[in-house]
Amino acid sequence: MGAVPVKFYQVGSFAVGNRLLDPDLASVQSDPERANSLTSGHRACQGCGEALGARYALDAIMRATKGQMIAVNATGCLEVFSTPYPETSWRLPWLHSLFGNAPAVATGVAAAMHAKGRDDIRVVGQGGDGGTVDIGFACLSGMFERNDDVLYICYDNQAYMNTGVQRSGATPPAARTATTQTVGPEPGNVFGQGKDVPRIAMAHEIPYVATATVADLRDLEAKATRAMEFRGARYLHVLVPCPLGWGSASCDTIKVARLATQSGLFPVFEAVNGEVTSSTKIRHQVPVEEYLKLQSRYAHLFRPTRRDDVIKKLQAMADRNIERYGLLEPELAPAVPAAMSNEPVEVA
Amino acid sequence: MDKPFAITLDVGSSLANQTGSWRVERPMYVDLLPPCNQACPAGENIQKWLYDAEDGSYEKAWRTLVEENPFPAIMGRVCYHPCQSVCNRGKVDEAVGINSVERFLGDMALEQGWSLPVPAPDSGKRVLVVGAGPSGLSAAYHLRRLGHAVTLRDAAPLPGGMMRFGIPKYRLPRTVLDAEIKRVAEMGVTFELEHRTEHALDEMTAGGFDAVFLAVGAQIGKRAYVPAGEAARILDAVSVLHDVEDGELPLLGRRVAIYGGGNTAVDVARTAKRLGAEEAVIVYRRTRERMPANDSEVEEALEEGVLMKWLSTVKHADAGKLMIEKMALDASGFPQPTGEFEELEADSLVLALGQESDLSLLEDVPGLEVSDGVVKVDEHMMTGYPGIFAGGDMVPAERTVTVGVGHGKKAARNIDAWLRGGERPEPSKHPVAEFDKLNPWYYADAPHAVRPRLEAARRASTFDEVVQGLDASTALYEARRCMSCGNCFECDNCFGVCPDNAVIKLGPGNRFKIDLDYCKGCGICASECPCGAIVMVPEEG
Ligand SMILES: Cc1ncc(C[n+]2csc(CCOP(=O)(O)OP(=O)(O)O)c2C)c(N)n1
Ligand code: SF4
Ligand SMILES: [Mg+2]
Repeated sequence: MGAVPVKFYQVGSFAVGNRLLDPDLASVQSDPERANSLTSGHRACQGCGEALGARYALDAIMRATKGQMIAVNATGCLEVFSTPYPETSWRLPWLHSLFGNAPAVATGVAAAMHAKGRDDIRVVGQGGDGGTVDIGFACLSGMFERNDDVLYICYDNQAYMNTGVQRSGATPPAARTATTQTVGPEPGNVFGQGKDVPRIAMAHEIPYVATATVADLRDLEAKATRAMEFRGARYLHVLVPCPLGWGSASCDTIKVARLATQSGLFPVFEAVNGEVTSSTKIRHQVPVEEYLKLQSRYAHLFRPTRRDDVIKKLQAMADRNIERYGLLEPELAPAVPAAMSNEPVEVA
Repeated sequence: MDKPFAITLDVGSSLANQTGSWRVERPMYVDLLPPCNQACPAGENIQKWLYDAEDGSYEKAWRTLVEENPFPAIMGRVCYHPCQSVCNRGKVDEAVGINSVERFLGDMALEQGWSLPVPAPDSGKRVLVVGAGPSGLSAAYHLRRLGHAVTLRDAAPLPGGMMRFGIPKYRLPRTVLDAEIKRVAEMGVTFELEHRTEHALDEMTAGGFDAVFLAVGAQIGKRAYVPAGEAARILDAVSVLHDVEDGELPLLGRRVAIYGGGNTAVDVARTAKRLGAEEAVIVYRRTRERMPANDSEVEEALEEGVLMKWLSTVKHADAGKLMIEKMALDASGFPQPTGEFEELEADSLVLALGQESDLSLLEDVPGLEVSDGVVKVDEHMMTGYPGIFAGGDMVPAERTVTVGVGHGKKAARNIDAWLRGGERPEPSKHPVAEFDKLNPWYYADAPHAVRPRLEAARRASTFDEVVQGLDASTALYEARRCMSCGNCFECDNCFGVCPDNAVIKLGPGNRFKIDLDYCKGCGICASECPCGAIVMVPEEG
């Protein structure tokens, strides 16, 4: 073996750290001196994915910029749970204005820094999916189109959680929210609507677009860090499960995010100048059902009667992602695992 | 009021808001019993020594290992590693090659000349150990460590028992055996060889011993009646292996049949091949699946060209040939005769149908109970006679080297307690770290580094060691495959995944602590802990 370094098979690169790891390869989160940009005492629910995702992303950016950054926050849980006046959980310069204008405010902050000759200070805009894909969308698209020097991060928990789980343009089909009740023949959110903002961002041909989840810390840190290597408009879309809104156990936040990626329902990829440059491969593929059944927002697909028709449509969405982003290593299993096909097989 | 326009309050930190009060469950760090440790007949702390070995601290790892078992180099060769059969990693890809790392550590210790721990100050007590096999040697080691004067007697001219006279050289080179026994002798154990103990009790009284540990093994081949013609050549497995060790080559002929399905049968077959037999056939009345012999040994024997005749019994032996009856398994899996016969050419028939203990040294010991040819002992390994303990093959248990070593340790610790006038309480065990307590997602896939084996054709004619050791980098790789089941290995996952920054990292070797002022009790740390070392427990009140 000789020169080949011995790998850390105990944990590979999947865990946060390892006592044997070269300090240069350590994750930001394993560092006892990490910024803790969002500190303790915040009022997020138990097991909040958004609080976790925000700390992961911002701590990485704090390291990448050596602390020279300003965050602009849209209204939403992330703002409300962190900043009940006069207390704050933020340990970085942080600004809140409105629900719908965070990208525009961030643009303004960047312009101000530029005017002051402080281009070394980097600007991050951030908000929930409602603030990003719906009400703040015009501002966001403008920010992209002008290629303003801002990294915008959307923490996607797939509904307006702060005001009581209303549907947003990022709510997935079939999910129950306060405004998409499980009644009628097509219970839950409708199919065929909603916006895929990472792809819309790519259509603006901005320098950098990426998706990530709280289930893969190292990937998220790498993308947040890489985003800071570019100037101009950048977009990072992070899936952050919401135990309250999704009806999942608070201890399962990371697990649910992991299953979203392993089923193919949430594709994890990177795009430079409008082209997908890489995607994170599925390690252990699961049928979408594994993901759905941990969340009571999909309970109506299993009780009182099993809705195989709906589950199949969701599986088809996952399969489409798998195909579109090349989420399976070529030699791996077919897109639909055998366990999924409940269809009777016709024998010729 | 010198605050800016519209500002009435000073900025405060959310640290003032102690969210720990929301909690109904709290995370607790635990150490669970890894399945490997649980399965080890010698009670080794496998997970711990693998952990020590992982960063290259081989001496530390070896020292952890010899706390329980003084023979890593022997174990790494002859143990059937029940630890690996239950290793949780087996459910991820392949079991950790525990046995090969053990051997690596054992060999390194011999190379480096590491010595066993220094015995405790003299206790003033004297213990007689009868039998210098694995169990007796292990007891002698542990008793000596505890400060007792130990005399070890054995009828044979050399110590080792079945490790020398039963296990062939190609599995356990004698240099290794001698070196590991020598280390025990160097601790100040008195060896009295070629000393057959005729009456245990007499020797105890005459020698003024405070306690006795008996481990005479099971050295007599079981006799089974096989109808045979006058010229038939029938031998027994124990004597064949013993003769080979003594350098007296048994006359087996060109074709050898071995009757039996245990490890001894396989050892004889492989030995016969090495002695020049063209054909060595194992005749066994059940199927391969039901064969008690260890799988890897059977595998190696097949590779060397040993033949197997399943579902067969020997009906009659004659000069040069055997009459075999075919068997069939009945519904309960028991072999039944079919009335179908066939002839098998064989110059000799070696019986390997089990072994018995010679218990004559225990005649007239009051209170001592023998049933089914083995000595009864209580949970402290003590026989019915106070102060006389027994272990190894002569008591009811599975008969392997490792079980013997485990008995020796257990007996030594109980003898120690008894000599000090107390009873050793049953050590309390942590709950087992079963696979479903782990989060295997975090373990990268990495299959087992299989130890190189001597190429079959070459090894079949020599007594060279068949299984070779790992080199340093493969041993390290293998040690690192351990998932540290149920024991924190400081992967920082809990520290990273807490949405409330409520996990405090205490620094290398010191693990973590929960900050109960802020922990909301979500349980993410517990479910994302790779090795299951965090559990959620209800808050009181
Ligand atoms: C113009 C305006 N409309 C409505 C609201 C009320 N409001 C505050 S937060 C929020 C929902 C936020 O949803 P999202 O952006 O997805 O963030 P989340 O809370 O889910 O993290 C709403 C509707 C508001 N603050 N401003
Ligand atoms: S992975 Fe390690 S601790 Fe777990 S059973 Fe296997 S050897 Fe033991
Ligand atoms: Mg939302």
